[in-house]
Amino acid sequence: MNRWHNMKYYRSYMNDLLFDFGIKVLLVLLAIVTLYPFWNTIVVSFNDATDTLRGGLTFWPRKVSFQNYKAVFASGTIYHAFLVSVARVLLSTVGNIFLTSMLAYALSRKEYVLRKQFTFILILSMYVSAGLIPYYFLIRSLGLINSFWVYVIPGLVNAFNFIVIRTYMGTIPDSLVESARIDGAEDFLIFIRIILPLITPVLATVALFVAVGNWNSWFDTMIFASGRQDLSTLQYELMKFLASSQNQAKSAADVGAMGMAKDYASSIVTPASIRAAITVVAAVPILVVYPFLQRYFVIGLTVGGVKE
Amino acid sequence: MNQNGVKIQEKTFLQKLKLQRQLFYMSAPLILYVILFAYIPLWGWTMAFQNFKPARNFFQQEWVGIKWFLFLFKDDNFLKVLRNTIAMSLINLSFGYIGAIALALILNEVKERFFKRTIQTISYLPHFLSWVIVSGLVASMLSVEDGAINQLLLSLRLIKEPIMWLGEPKYFWWITGFTYLWKEIGWNSIIYLAAISGIDPTLYEVAEIDGCGRLKKMWYITLPGIKSTIMVLLIMSIGHILDAGFELQFLLRNGLIQDYADTIDIYVLTFGLNSGNYSLATAAGMFKNIVNIALIFLANFLAKRMGEERLI
Repeated sequence: MNRWHNMKYYRSYMNDLLFDFGIKVLLVLLAIVTLYPFWNTIVVSFNDATDTLRGGLTFWPRKVSFQNYKAVFASGTIYHAFLVSVARVLLSTVGNIFLTSMLAYALSRKEYVLRKQFTFILILSMYVSAGLIPYYFLIRSLGLINSFWVYVIPGLVNAFNFIVIRTYMGTIPDSLVESARIDGAEDFLIFIRIILPLITPVLATVALFVAVGNWNSWFDTMIFASGRQDLSTLQYELMKFLASSQNQAKSAADVGAMGMAKDYASSIVTPASIRAAITVVAAVPILVVYPFLQRYFVIGLTVGGVKE
Repeated sequence: MNQNGVKIQEKTFLQKLKLQRQLFYMSAPLILYVILFAYIPLWGWTMAFQNFKPARNFFQQEWVGIKWFLFLFKDDNFLKVLRNTIAMSLINLSFGYIGAIALALILNEVKERFFKRTIQTISYLPHFLSWVIVSGLVASMLSVEDGAINQLLLSLRLIKEPIMWLGEPKYFWWITGFTYLWKEIGWNSIIYLAAISGIDPTLYEVAEIDGCGRLKKMWYITLPGIKSTIMVLLIMSIGHILDAGFELQFLLRNGLIQDYADTIDIYVLTFGLNSGNYSLATAAGMFKNIVNIALIFLANFLAKRMGEERLI
């Protein structure tokens, strides 16, 4: 009896080990599939361009070279687009989190007489969309076509972020606001001095969402600002580059046509290698930030996810 | 009670608003802003009932009734993009659901915190890459000459010669489906993991006493435990049937596959902004948005009927 029991215990223990091993293999496979495409791009970007043409590059560079990056940064176009992207991210993020959280504070005050009406207007805006064409005409009549501000102004208040921030504010005890009122503080001051410092975790999450959205955006550049090269963003430059090298033109002449080689004529670069280098430049700023904000993702998603 | 704790009952709305003027200044301009960017464009829907010419003012436009809507449903191109949109969004949704739930269930079984953390961090990575970057990665992975997928299939001897993945219409819907899965599986699993962490641990202890193995615990406790999250998200996705995404299709399409790659949004873009048929494009966009709103209200109604949390 005892021996039989031991056997059974042993078997379930072995099953457990096998199960653990199985799921780990699965997850490691998932991690490889997730990372490989981007890792391979990094490898190509650090490999000598002519050597890359031989094909067969997988996990490690064969002939390490920084020429691709030199060519990318020597190109005034890419560098300028990088700066435009940084500028729009900074302005949009600061503006969005400040204004959206200010609105969230006002509409979180239960005594505010317009609370219900304003909240309704805001929430409904998530579901109503007039579509691209009417929106285009609105942007045009606001004079935002081919203006830098088209990157910032339309995205200043966001209903989804509003819900995330307001829900988080709900966890702050009302007595804090009440006692500040008794001390004679007015609402704007309460918001700045008391509320803002307390909601920094959720602001970090929302700031990441807004910054990523702005950094990754290229469609607004194409539709509203493609008339001015000095307003081009990094993602839009990459998109144009991908579109032109889609047909796998592999000669250095094509790179020259993209205005890349003329800035750095002495080196030999190819569209595939340049594309890899721009891709890495366009991805890295976010990839170094997001792991540090990971623990806040859950706040943003569980609060907002259901209401998305 | 006003802010000083004095009982005042006969305050009118305006008197109250005067006391709350700071709240008013903090909110009203932003609400006006929302009205400007979200609701004012709805006026543009009038274009769908006109032969809209940008050079004319509103009173000079020629009104044509529902001509453009009738045209849409006789237009082969529109019916094609409608089919593509629905097919791709159904594929994306089902892949996305099954993938994210499965990943959450598996991650929940990992005991080592560091390993779990690392896998999670890696799985979020593609979510933060732009569609431009992702489309570039997809194109190079699927490349005929040196793409990893073709190389892998060739070395496993599953195919004899490389496949032109992006040149054949029949593959395109599945390519978008797998790309969406790849990009969002980790991110979408967050919400299920959060739901799993809310399950009462004593349930697992009881199950263990009853002799349940780990697979059985997964099936009889974890899955039912997140049932309501699954249902809410599933119902909500009804509202997104006509959102198959736009960027990936736009960036990957080419002449060979556009009959299967184009979505309603691409139709709106090409007919509206590129060829200047604003009325037709507005009608197509309006159709999509009205169906979307109707589906969202239907989803909300269903959720309420089923006793789930209200969504709106």
